[in-house]
Amino acid sequence: MILPYFIIIPLLAAFIITLIGGKKDTWGIALSIAAIVIMMVLSIYSFVIGKTETVTYSMSNWDIPIGICLVQDALSLFVLIIINIIALTSLLFSIQYIRHLSPDWKYYALFMLLITGMNGVVLTGDIFNLFVFMEIALFSAFALVAYGGKAEEFEASFKYAIMGSVSSVLILVGIAITYATTSTLTMAKIATILPQTEPIVMLMIGALFMVGFGLKAAAMPFHAWLPDAHSSAPAPISAMLSGVLIKALGIYVLMRIFFNVFGAVQIFKEIFIVLGAISIIVGVILALGQWDMKRLLAYHSISQIGYILLGMGLGTYLGLLGAIFHLLNHAIFKSLLFYNAGSVEIALGTRNLKEMGNLTKVMPISSSTSLIASLSISGIPPFNGFFSKLIIIIAALEVNAPWVAFIAIIGSLLTLASFMKVQRYGFRGEKIVEKIEDKIGLNMKIAMITLAVLCVVTSALIIPGIREVILDPVVNVLLDSSKYIQMLVGS
Amino acid sequence: MKNNQGMSIIVKTVTRVSVWLMVLYAWYIILHGHLTPGGGFGGGVIFAIAMLNVLLAYGSEFTEKWLKIRLLHDIEAASILLFLIVGILGISVLGGFLTNFILKGKLYELISAGTIPIFNILIGIKVAMSLFLAVLILAKTNIENGGEV
Repeated sequence: MILPYFIIIPLLAAFIITLIGGKKDTWGIALSIAAIVIMMVLSIYSFVIGKTETVTYSMSNWDIPIGICLVQDALSLFVLIIINIIALTSLLFSIQYIRHLSPDWKYYALFMLLITGMNGVVLTGDIFNLFVFMEIALFSAFALVAYGGKAEEFEASFKYAIMGSVSSVLILVGIAITYATTSTLTMAKIATILPQTEPIVMLMIGALFMVGFGLKAAAMPFHAWLPDAHSSAPAPISAMLSGVLIKALGIYVLMRIFFNVFGAVQIFKEIFIVLGAISIIVGVILALGQWDMKRLLAYHSISQIGYILLGMGLGTYLGLLGAIFHLLNHAIFKSLLFYNAGSVEIALGTRNLKEMGNLTKVMPISSSTSLIASLSISGIPPFNGFFSKLIIIIAALEVNAPWVAFIAIIGSLLTLASFMKVQRYGFRGEKIVEKIEDKIGLNMKIAMITLAVLCVVTSALIIPGIREVILDPVVNVLLDSSKYIQMLVGS
Repeated sequence: MKNNQGMSIIVKTVTRVSVWLMVLYAWYIILHGHLTPGGGFGGGVIFAIAMLNVLLAYGSEFTEKWLKIRLLHDIEAASILLFLIVGILGISVLGGFLTNFILKGKLYELISAGTIPIFNILIGIKVAMSLFLAVLILAKTNIENGGEV
């Protein structure tokens, strides 16, 4: 059974690094990359052999409704693969980047704890255990946001800590009410008991979870922490936060709770649509006015999360397919864009688009990969972003919601406009840059090229033969929650 | 008197006695974790408070000389590693992470409950060291000096 190792391996790595780290970062780099590679292989292997079944694992051999259980199905494995792929590129990108900030191992130990938290959230089948893993991920994220040690980073980290704690309190109250009404914390068991209680209970819990996890996912009215935290953090951490953390802690949990546990109630789906629509439009309009490149990217995260929420809110096969596909695509191109911003920051020492110029000669890899990522996020074929947005728009038209499709298209056009600005001023401007302060290392280039290739390759997931193998099992988990609930009977 | 030389001789004298009582109480709570309320976390906090008592009374310079900070740090990392290793032993012996694989013994006896006392002791050490080191770092941070340690 390889299920618990997704939590044990990063924890072991984190604490071995703290024990033998010494004063250098050699052990930190070696152990963390080894751990992530092992987990990536394990997660892909588990997805290949077990994507259609639901596997459970009871911690310390307690029976399932009593003890804590881990659950592995296509959805959790899919998110797990995304986490580990982005984490691997992020680590590769970190090696040179973090040496500028500090030369020791602390970053890597915190990074491994972040991975532990996210893997735990994705795998656990116990709602309080989910809360605990969420806090592990959040606390390491607070520390990592402030890793550079400058005043603005501490401010962003503090703001993040406060907003994160507010949402955690709301989630904890929600869990308390759930436990009071259903007398269980196992999510599959909650799913069987909750429909029998009064409907007001589900509405109340749903409202608390919607706000709590909405804050983690940074949907529009709850987004205030994101632009600060994501733009102040070191670039590889911005990529982790924007690419993976808001999805593992926000979107994944929203999907799991509102689709598998609550059973896709109509009112919550309508709220998802409204939240998604607001996020798309307001997020992209706020992004248009930014000149700080990382801040612009952070606002785009809000907007792109809106697309995923929109797809979830439509709730049909196509809507969910678009949401799942966009979740993967956004993780890839947004991380890549943050790496581009980070490499420019290292080379030129600035994040301001006005101070950049024509970088195509001096930084060919950063500027060409940034072009690919910009085209992907703006939804230009043949890059992956086009297909997931197209699926969401078709899904909206299919359920006779033309205004939803209209908002998605407008959001996409405005995204294109704002990335034309990034390309025009940031990478292909008039100012001729001849000398750069620091060269971009090989590892950074590998990280950027890998993700740029993935931007094109993941488009292939739309081809029916491949889609049925990779994306359909994930969508089926959301469409049909009986399998998730049946794990109680099966064990 | 310098800033970090600690408090008056009265406080120092009382601390010399009270610290050991607190350590004793901390170990009582940790070792009886499986029998009475409290356990690794509670006992660990009391242990940390005992060390913080020394920090307050004698100042950070003396405390750092008396307790080897590097060693405390290593103990902290090692304790949680041992925790994980005992958890993994659970997989190899009975097939479940953190499974209680040792004989449970008789109820209400000090040496009983299998791996639970082991976990309590390891958590107690981990909590004590973590809390103490966190407060020590805060105590050494000089805000007027721009947050330098």
